[in-house]
Amino acid sequence: MVSALGIQLGVVGAYLVVALAVGLLAYRLTSRDAEDYYLAGRSIGTVVLLFTTFATLLSAFTFFGGPDLAYRAGPEWILVMGVMDGVLFAILWYVVGYKQWLVGRAHGYVTLGEMLGDRFGSTRLRAVVAVVSLFWLFPYVMLQQMGAGEAIVGLTNGMVPYWAGAAGITVFMIAYVVIAGLRGVAWTDTLQGLFMLGVVWLAVGWVATAAGGPTALSNALATNEPEFLALGGGLYSPQFIISSAVTIAFGVAMFPQINQRFFVAKSSAVLKRSFALWPVLVVLLFVPAFILGTWAAGLGITVPEGANVLPVLLNEYTPVWFAALVIAGAMAAMMSSSDSMLLSGSSYFTRDLYRPFINPDASEAREAWLARIGVALFATLTFVASLFRPGTLVSVGDTAFGGFAQMALPVIVALYWAKTTRTGMFAGILGSQAFYLAHVFVPAIEVGSMTLFGATYLTWDYALWGMALSALLTVGVSAMTAAAPEENQSRFTDGLRAD
Amino acid sequence: MTRVRIDYCWVAVFAILVTFAVPWFLWGDSRVFAGLPLWLWWHIGWMGLTAVVFHLFARTAWDRGIVGEGR
Repeated sequence: MVSALGIQLGVVGAYLVVALAVGLLAYRLTSRDAEDYYLAGRSIGTVVLLFTTFATLLSAFTFFGGPDLAYRAGPEWILVMGVMDGVLFAILWYVVGYKQWLVGRAHGYVTLGEMLGDRFGSTRLRAVVAVVSLFWLFPYVMLQQMGAGEAIVGLTNGMVPYWAGAAGITVFMIAYVVIAGLRGVAWTDTLQGLFMLGVVWLAVGWVATAAGGPTALSNALATNEPEFLALGGGLYSPQFIISSAVTIAFGVAMFPQINQRFFVAKSSAVLKRSFALWPVLVVLLFVPAFILGTWAAGLGITVPEGANVLPVLLNEYTPVWFAALVIAGAMAAMMSSSDSMLLSGSSYFTRDLYRPFINPDASEAREAWLARIGVALFATLTFVASLFRPGTLVSVGDTAFGGFAQMALPVIVALYWAKTTRTGMFAGILGSQAFYLAHVFVPAIEVGSMTLFGATYLTWDYALWGMALSALLTVGVSAMTAAAPEENQSRFTDGLRAD
Repeated sequence: MTRVRIDYCWVAVFAILVTFAVPWFLWGDSRVFAGLPLWLWWHIGWMGLTAVVFHLFARTAWDRGIVGEGR
């Protein structure tokens, strides 16, 4: 008789090996130049683009953080993520993504920093964008390791410690990125996206059947957590819903791994098709995932310290192997998120920092080698930081999204308003980052009846105020300054062709 | 309608899609239908509608506001 622990680790391990095999296959098809390594030769089709972007969004934040939040505070998180991902992000997919795709195709850009640096004739701006992005990428990669650690604790009921889960996923994701590059990542993202979509619905069906059906579950919820069924209340104020949805959506558009995806589509038809499919995919995945967390609250599941609710619920209501399979799917999602993040992060580092500032004549081979070292180092540092567990999955993720969101409006202004100046960009990006960082790190101070550096001003999240400030600074300073002679003002507007 | 008028119409349509993805008029409502809160059913239906509208946009109005600003 195989022990439960044996089955759990066997299923999770086997899944990771399959993912690695697909990565290796992709590696054999990948040519070695940078454009291919990072962008899979700009040849990604609809299904793969959609799933690769989707799986990249589907990190520990959505798959474990979301159900945890639904378990603690109610299912309204479905609405936040639905508005954010299904509607707002889809619109940004067009406004930022399609525009970047056109610009990138016309001028051959691979990173956001490269695009802005070229438009504004400034390697320094390019570096600022890369540094800010890498800074906020750090907590988000760390989040995946935290998620993996907590999932393993929940699945094995603490028999495998937190650090082992976090370390395991770290080793796996380093190995994977170093070997495969984006084509590998994109392929496995598709595999993982489809797998998760299937498995999460099976999980809902299984739990619902075992617990007596959806009506019995909602009755249990009405008895145990009556306020969960009503829209709003508790954590969920209109301000919270709006602030979270807006900052996350804009933040996601600036995420290196998502933003870089804007350059990879084969044709605009691919972007069009993906655009219309967003809301559907979001509902298909988030409703079941977060409803599971909500049901767990109604069923009176108790979650051990430092674990996720999802594996605990599944262990209670489904067979051991199935619970392990769902966790494997979630780990795979986190891996693909981390893979993409690390890969994009490494391209920001080598192309926007190392090459322009340290060694312009570095050979392709040296750059590729350096990118891999960078990935290993970055992932190791985030792993160490993840051991300190600085917050819940949702709070860490939210902070990172907010940091990226501060960059979104300056970028959008630059993409659409030819009078934007370099000074305006610096003011918008650096000013809002300073504001946001101060609010993340400086403790709240009472000044008279006002709280400075608190979580909100006039009940609205500081991240939202930071975004407003970023737009104001970019537009205001641009209006007051003249363009530098090296700027290419028509770069983002002229010569763009649809196909 | 002129091109610019149509542009504004699309902006308005997108704004409505964003705004009512959360059923604000059901705030505090705890009615349940088929095991899920009523407000969740609204959200699911609205996302379906959003997908249809996005599809129409992609088919008939794609490139609007992005390509050919100098028209």
